[in-house]
Amino acid sequence: MSTMQPLGTLKGFAVTFRQMFKKPLTQQYPEYKRPLYPRFRGRHRLHLHEDGLEKCVGCSLCAAACPSDCIRVVAAENTADNRVSAGERYARIYEINLSRCIFCGYCELACPFDAITLGNEFELSEYSRDDLIYTKDMLLAEPIKRVPIQDPALFDTPLPAYRTQS
Amino acid sequence: MSAVLLAAGAERWWISLIKAAIVINVVLVTFAYLTLAERKVMGRMQLRYGPNRAGPFGLLQPIADLVKLVRKESFFPGAAIDVLYIFAPFIAAFAALSTFSVIPWGPGWTIAGYYVTGYVANVPIALILIFAVGSLGIYGFIVGGWSSDSKYALLGSMRTCAQLVSYEVSLALSVLGVILMARSLSLVDIVDRQYHDLWYVPYAIPQLVGFLVFLFAGTAETARAPFDLPEAEQELVAGYHTEYGGMRFGLFTMAEYVNLITLSGLAVTLFLGGWHIPGPWLQQYGPIWFLLKLGALLFVFIWMRATLPRLRYDQLMRFGWKVLLPVATINAVVTAVLVVAL
Repeated sequence: MSTMQPLGTLKGFAVTFRQMFKKPLTQQYPEYKRPLYPRFRGRHRLHLHEDGLEKCVGCSLCAAACPSDCIRVVAAENTADNRVSAGERYARIYEINLSRCIFCGYCELACPFDAITLGNEFELSEYSRDDLIYTKDMLLAEPIKRVPIQDPALFDTPLPAYRTQS
Repeated sequence: MSAVLLAAGAERWWISLIKAAIVINVVLVTFAYLTLAERKVMGRMQLRYGPNRAGPFGLLQPIADLVKLVRKESFFPGAAIDVLYIFAPFIAAFAALSTFSVIPWGPGWTIAGYYVTGYVANVPIALILIFAVGSLGIYGFIVGGWSSDSKYALLGSMRTCAQLVSYEVSLALSVLGVILMARSLSLVDIVDRQYHDLWYVPYAIPQLVGFLVFLFAGTAETARAPFDLPEAEQELVAGYHTEYGGMRFGLFTMAEYVNLITLSGLAVTLFLGGWHIPGPWLQQYGPIWFLLKLGALLFVFIWMRATLPRLRYDQLMRFGWKVLLPVATINAVVTAVLVVAL
């Protein structure tokens, strides 16, 4: 055949044969979990103040910012004998539908109190769609650490000038 | 004690039946683990592991695949011709499985007082039978593609048909040299002649050209890379079995792999000395030597698939008609002249 050089073809055979004795590059996922970058955007978390009050004041800005419309917030007034958050109001219902969420992080940007942040969890599969609706209790709970996270110090570069000035 | 010396009638009929059952199961198990070996070896050649989740080292993967295929819905295209659509995989699988019966794999043993020969059937025209039944199997592919009533399946089956018909000529001609040297069409005789003539030298050495032509044409015959034009995914989705699913698809895949095993078995028998090893020792372990040679040859096919890119269709046809066919013809003519002259 004019288009196939015999010698080159044999060289190709030698290459594939040699590859067989090298260690495969595959990362065997469930056994080996590649450490995540510290700023990896995974499942959301809601945060508390140090005195135990919720940071979320039920303002619904996250829900407004959400492009896939997966956050539902129903606010209620704090009262003297039922103080939940530090502000005037609190989120009586706070739900995130993770089957819709695109993990863009706009909710985190929109939040005026840093009450919601995106954590590092990404192993979120469930057998039912209903189980993917995370309620406030689930979002407040300390997540089980399943995937190692790389040392943030490795990525701790000085902030750019425009960030430090403001 | 040579197997050829015994007449076919010397063996009890139920022994043949048991042997046929054993051979068919060995072939099927070889098929199942060939799919695993292919994925594993190709994986390692591409710096991957290949399937390693089902059981230790992925050894249960073929069983998992089978269970998946059997449990799948046997769907049916609305426009398909039903009888042909359903029977096409059966034709392909039946033709593929039945050819192995004439390939010898041992010298024959006396077990518990009964004489057991090392083959299922010693047909005097075994080679012609293999090619004839192999050609019948092509009907399965053509009919399957035609009856699906789908353009990709039809294109795929037309390609299969053109390719298999053109390469079958070279395949048959490449074998002619061996037939001339052995002066027999029976595979049992051919194996025997390789052992007794020429100091245990298998026909791969005097018939090196024929062997290479047989390997190339055989690769094309079984539609394996780099001649896997009938299944060129990029152009044809999947070829003639585009519209097939579930175990019907499984039967087509089985037919292809069993064809490959049969072809490798035929190459071992015709060119590599069959179940013999050079020298006068250990000949009674024929099946082991046969399986080792078969495995080595199957590895070469897998290796080839992992190495070579697919040919273009015109290159394939040109290679078949303008290179392989003349070479095979010249080889046959030269062999004929030498056999007569010597």
